[in-house]
Amino acid sequence: MLSFVYTIKDKQGVHARPAGLLVKSVKELDSKVTIQKGEEATEGTRLMALMGMGIKCGEEVTVIAEGGDEEKSLAAMRLFFEENL
Amino acid sequence: MKDYQGKAAFSGIAIGRIIEMATQEDTVRRKHIMDVQQELNRFRKARDLASEQLQILYQKAEKEVGATNAAIFEVHQMMLEDEDYIDSIINMIQTQEVNAEYAVAMTGDNFAGMFAAMDDAYMQGRAADVKDISARVVRVLNGTNETQALSDAGILVADDLAPSETVQLDKEKVLAFVTRQGSTNSHTAILARTMNIPAIVTTPVPQQFAGKMAIVDGFLGKLIVEPDEETLNIYRQQQQCELEKRRLLAELKGRPAVTKSGREIKLYANIGGVGDVGAALQNDAEGIGLFRSEFLYLQSDTYPTEEEQLKAYQQVAEMMAGKKVIIRTLDIGADKQIGYFNLGKEDNPAMGYRAVRICLTREDIFHTQLRALYRASAFGNISIMIPMIISLWEIRRVKEIISNVKQELEQQGISFGKVELGVMIETPAAVMISEELAQEVDFFSIGTNDLTQYTLAIDRQNERLDTFFDPHHPAILRMIEMTVTNAHKAGIWVGICGELGADTELTAAFVRMGIDELSVSHAFLLPVKKNIIDCD
Repeated sequence: MLSFVYTIKDKQGVHARPAGLLVKSVKELDSKVTIQKGEEATEGTRLMALMGMGIKCGEEVTVIAEGGDEEKSLAAMRLFFEENL
Repeated sequence: MKDYQGKAAFSGIAIGRIIEMATQEDTVRRKHIMDVQQELNRFRKARDLASEQLQILYQKAEKEVGATNAAIFEVHQMMLEDEDYIDSIINMIQTQEVNAEYAVAMTGDNFAGMFAAMDDAYMQGRAADVKDISARVVRVLNGTNETQALSDAGILVADDLAPSETVQLDKEKVLAFVTRQGSTNSHTAILARTMNIPAIVTTPVPQQFAGKMAIVDGFLGKLIVEPDEETLNIYRQQQQCELEKRRLLAELKGRPAVTKSGREIKLYANIGGVGDVGAALQNDAEGIGLFRSEFLYLQSDTYPTEEEQLKAYQQVAEMMAGKKVIIRTLDIGADKQIGYFNLGKEDNPAMGYRAVRICLTREDIFHTQLRALYRASAFGNISIMIPMIISLWEIRRVKEIISNVKQELEQQGISFGKVELGVMIETPAAVMISEELAQEVDFFSIGTNDLTQYTLAIDRQNERLDTFFDPHHPAILRMIEMTVTNAHKAGIWVGICGELGADTELTAAFVRMGIDELSVSHAFLLPVKKNIIDCD
């Protein structure tokens, strides 16, 4: 299990479009990806649940990759967050 | 005459008759079903069909309002595929033995309720999206049609408009949008803006005015029902003025940017990628004054290869068909970070390891980009511009590397064209040594965003400094003037590619200083051109 912590920089937070893109890119990976904010956590493939977490600009999330090529998955996630959020 | 105050979502004046758009309340009844499997199949088929409809809608929207605004329909499609949403529907059909319509409507309401309860205005707005997709599936299940056709042109009044309804409307017939609910952040408001239709939201207008004359004032966010003759006349005049303004801008298309005294200013466009070239050409760009090459590095997860870069540069050069295309070499660092560069954290990134400083210490990256740029020059009129220069030795070193690249290409028998080399003037240091710099290059392009930040020592993202920030500060204008003078002394041309170039309050001043070129984003091309034509 590998993970990294990321602070959201997008002013709108995790809004519909990047959440959609996130789900899309998580589905391409062979690891199970979990997004965690405080006590709450959801799988990266669940669009509405992700949006439902209401992750805002400046908030910290932990991105966790489990199974498959974890390093590759995590690197892809890191790039995705840096570019989109 | 009655006034209803809403919130302005898009400016403009519309005068016409009110068309009440009834919200399509698809009444869904709970029915007990016998065959669960059959009901599940009905649902899956309906969902697939709804998804296909959204795909078609996405394509229509992409054509009419652009990919960014159309993206909501892609999100709608993904919501339709959401596991939790689907599981909830299937679960309801199975355990409660209810009809698919009811399961979809209930699930839609539940999820909409979740969004509506969130403490974020944007997310509350997403409740409408969930309701929109659920209503679509229910319509497919019921076999009902989706849009009401408009027979006459008029002002559309509705409780709320789903984005899908907005896009499907016959644009020719909608003079304005007025909604009782909605927000200025809603996708409908955003779509109205791109469709250029006046729109007001949260307008408390009762439902009794269908067919009545009305005025929509998209500047003040007001709906005036049954206006008296005097009000009508005032608004007719204002509407005329607005149309005149738009017509003027349209008329400017095709006209050269020449001042009254006959001086021609080159009007170029700033672009961030190949996708922006179309809009630049549509708005009469005579060339590309700033092509930010960063996108190639940002959208890739490793260093883009020479071939990948060549493809993008060549494409823009060919689309511009012989017109000048000025490509800025890699300008990352500071606020633009890329993971695989491993630049590390800096205490003061704006003054740190960025742009040409990276290129001159990691020459392999620079070398690849220069090779791609030179190879692309065989296909069009390419110029190269180097960002963040502060010293003469830097540009001299760049020239050495370039001459190596040229030699290499010649030896390999790869053809390339003539390429102008310029520097961006975006540090006070570059301004102060512009006389010497001008001896080394073919042109200057003033990057006013960084020049302003470094001259005033103000971070423009910092709201607390608003009182101190003056984009027209005399120090900046004198810096620009000094650069222009030194460029002309050496016989090279000089332009502005920062945001200040699009500031129409300054166009006349720039022309007076002797600026040769202005490069602005496509939306500002025609307004700036108008100002140039009006200059003496």
